[in-house]
Amino acid sequence: MPFFEALGVSVSFGGLTALRRVGFEVNQGEVFSIIGPNGAGKTTIFNCISRFYDVDEGRFIFKGRDLTRVSPHSVAELGIARTFQNIELFRNATVIENLLLGRHRHRRSNLLTEVFFSGSVRRQEVGNREKAEEVIDFLDLQAYRDQTVAGLPYGVQKIVELGRALTMEPELLLLDEPSAGMNMEEIEDLAFWITDIKEELGITIIMVEHNMGLVQEISDRVLALNFGETIAQGAPREVLAHPEVRNAYLGEEEAFASG
Amino acid sequence: MELVNEILQTILSGIAIGCIYGLVALGFVLIYKATEVINFAQGEMMVVGAFIAYSLITVFKLPYWAVLSLTIIALGLFGFILERLLLRSLIGEPVFAIVMLTIGLGYFIRSGVSMVPFWGTETYGFKTPFTDKFVRFNDFVLSWEQLAIIIMTLVLLAVLFLFFRYTRLGVAMRATSQNQLAAVYMGISVKRVFTLTWTISAALGGIAGILLSPITFVHMNMGFIGLKAFPAAVLGGFGSIPGSVVGGLIIGVTESLAGVYLPEGWKDVAAYIILILVLILRPEGLFGVQAKKKV
Amino acid sequence: MRFIMKKDYYQDIRLFKYRSTFFWYAALIVGCGLVPLVLDDYLLSQLTFVCMYSIATVGLMLLTGYTGQISLGHAAFFAIGAYTSAVLTSKGLPFLLALPAAGLLAGLVGIFIGLPALRLSGLYLAIATMGFSFIVDEILVRWESLTRGNMGMIVEFPSIGPFSFSTETRYYYLTLTVLVLTLLAARNILRSPTGRAMIAIRDSEVAAQAMGISLARFKTTAFAISAFFTGAAGSLYAHKLTFINPESFTILVSIEFLAMIIIGGLGSLHGAVYGAAFIIFLPQVILMSKNYLPTYLSEQTGLESALYGLMIILFILFEPLGLYGRWLKTKFYFQMFPLYKKDTFRREKKFFKAERR
Repeated sequence: MPFFEALGVSVSFGGLTALRRVGFEVNQGEVFSIIGPNGAGKTTIFNCISRFYDVDEGRFIFKGRDLTRVSPHSVAELGIARTFQNIELFRNATVIENLLLGRHRHRRSNLLTEVFFSGSVRRQEVGNREKAEEVIDFLDLQAYRDQTVAGLPYGVQKIVELGRALTMEPELLLLDEPSAGMNMEEIEDLAFWITDIKEELGITIIMVEHNMGLVQEISDRVLALNFGETIAQGAPREVLAHPEVRNAYLGEEEAFASG
Repeated sequence: MELVNEILQTILSGIAIGCIYGLVALGFVLIYKATEVINFAQGEMMVVGAFIAYSLITVFKLPYWAVLSLTIIALGLFGFILERLLLRSLIGEPVFAIVMLTIGLGYFIRSGVSMVPFWGTETYGFKTPFTDKFVRFNDFVLSWEQLAIIIMTLVLLAVLFLFFRYTRLGVAMRATSQNQLAAVYMGISVKRVFTLTWTISAALGGIAGILLSPITFVHMNMGFIGLKAFPAAVLGGFGSIPGSVVGGLIIGVTESLAGVYLPEGWKDVAAYIILILVLILRPEGLFGVQAKKKV
Repeated sequence: MRFIMKKDYYQDIRLFKYRSTFFWYAALIVGCGLVPLVLDDYLLSQLTFVCMYSIATVGLMLLTGYTGQISLGHAAFFAIGAYTSAVLTSKGLPFLLALPAAGLLAGLVGIFIGLPALRLSGLYLAIATMGFSFIVDEILVRWESLTRGNMGMIVEFPSIGPFSFSTETRYYYLTLTVLVLTLLAARNILRSPTGRAMIAIRDSEVAAQAMGISLARFKTTAFAISAFFTGAAGSLYAHKLTFINPESFTILVSIEFLAMIIIGGLGSLHGAVYGAAFIIFLPQVILMSKNYLPTYLSEQTGLESALYGLMIILFILFEPLGLYGRWLKTKFYFQMFPLYKKDTFRREKKFFKAERR
């Protein structure tokens, strides 16, 4: 049984078909990239998995469990974390506060114990902070810990969002264009981090990306979409060399020219 | 026959008051569509309009139609000043702040009206060309006051429709309400559109106030009726212009019937019960459209 | 600027950031305790009202300031608390039980309101809560067998056993105690997962859900907590005035609460108290300043309301962070002196379109 799979997923908005019978499998512990030109439906897939949209047809199965109709917050409870294309951080809070929110999934206290801030709540809070510090260490965010997110540079905000997803201790991590807006150095760091997340933390990653260099470097397998349909699936080198994929990105004539 | 008459009469007065609700709701919706702001002071525009009209008629003894025009202009100016002075500096601030500002503004206008010489806290009335005139069909009696409200609302709607459909300014306003950024790129002065929106809405409020005066008379608290316009706007769908009027009519008629046929107290809450039902069952109202946030 | 070297996690989560803060608050409490020795009954009674309203505004602050749900109907919870307490004590229930019962009933109604409110946001929610407030108002008037309608209900002084809170001083201590407990409870909630979830919902519902925060659960919880505190405040109100009728709980009271949290400073518990104090003492200030105003103005009955509205407008225009914000800015200025930058607290403006429903 695959770790995560999508089966025949179709979604349309009004008259526009965003996804047409898209299917793929992701194995545990791998980095799975989804590529395609803008409007191909990549973020739509994520939004469907996160349950912000309903699918018209098809299913998502995560560790044998059907995700297709659960409520949005249950997705996180089941162990799936994500980052967003246009950063969705809690802007008025500090970095550490954002990270602590990632710990919500592990909450064992209830309102009553929290009102009295009992010993168990205290211990839980300390545990949360320990975990958040681990993530800060991992991503080198020490300098920004107590700063309000709203004032941080864009690249740092993206890392904070990644950190927030990591504090969830997820099993599956969905990264939506993590390298967007970053410079070369930051992208290099990102590549190391993603690889570390995969190898040290054992987290499976599905990544939507435009940066082909990054995709080629760290992905185990790649899915290419165009106009909501699958056009290629497999090892990075093969997919990126696939004529239809080059066609989708570069246009017909170029594809012809490079053979 | 008696009963039918009674029902028709009740419905008609409901339609008349519903027109007022519709006009106030229209004022809300216009501002909301253009600026994402809810103007809680819309009811107070009615008060100002009514008082100005009262003064013009009783003190200066001007004829009704002149008073109507002058009040429209005065209120338009009032809205213009308000926008320039207060609302403009709040562009880009969170909606909550602007809403509270309009609430505070409503408070201030309401009390301010009572402090103006010759206005104060009394209740006043004034004569219109429609006072005490009736139309009779067999046993069925229509008051000209009510008819006047209905007819003037229709005329107003027609004028607005033509304005938004066929004039450059009207189209510009519609464009701005759909996408501010794009409007700016197309050379539309968004600031001017905002000012114009407030001007028109204030004028609408003033007209509503004049039309309402024969029914509720002129006093500082007459703007509270404006609160009923919220359920009307929500029922119609907050982004919809025809919707606000339809919503207003439905609420007006329901209230009127409730007042006659249901026990005491139902009339006052009818509007809000409808409001809550709409919000639970169909939040986008009759004509509105639900949009989802894109992530 | 003071820096604290944090050596363990407990320093992060405790109630007071600096040791000195604890001492300041302790001094404040002692000071508050000594107040009755210095003030006359009238001013003491005003302070009691400040405490009472502060409890209600803490409730509203948790809902609106921290969770971002606007409520224009909090007078209804206040009323429910007041009438519940009145009815229960008239049937013989001791005050010590009636007070929490009032809060609990209000809280239950809060859940009931919170549920349909889930589908609504921002302005729609404001309008819905306003409608709710009107409906409750009407119910209070019409349900005469329970509430005696417009004639109002007489409420007795609260007592614990033979000890009756019939003097100003005793009632003051009662409300002060309840206020301190309320503030402690609120602070605890805010530094725990529930509080963080509430703030998350305010800042980004999408991200909150992605963190596993159930919007349904936490919005309803916020409503319930908020209603609970406001209801408890209502109970204290009823027993202080010893006479209540529906006129004390109109939409204007809801607006008053909102004004308090805005003027006080949204998003801070301090703000709740400052705002309540400001609004309660405003009439006194107006009274005192009447001597300086031209006679024409000072004679007006509408002066107070007009100034009220004006205050709201001015605060929103010039001091959006409220009184607490002004206090923070002043403190920060002195801390940073002479390096203070004028735009430190400037909020970024957002010009893109909000979600249109």
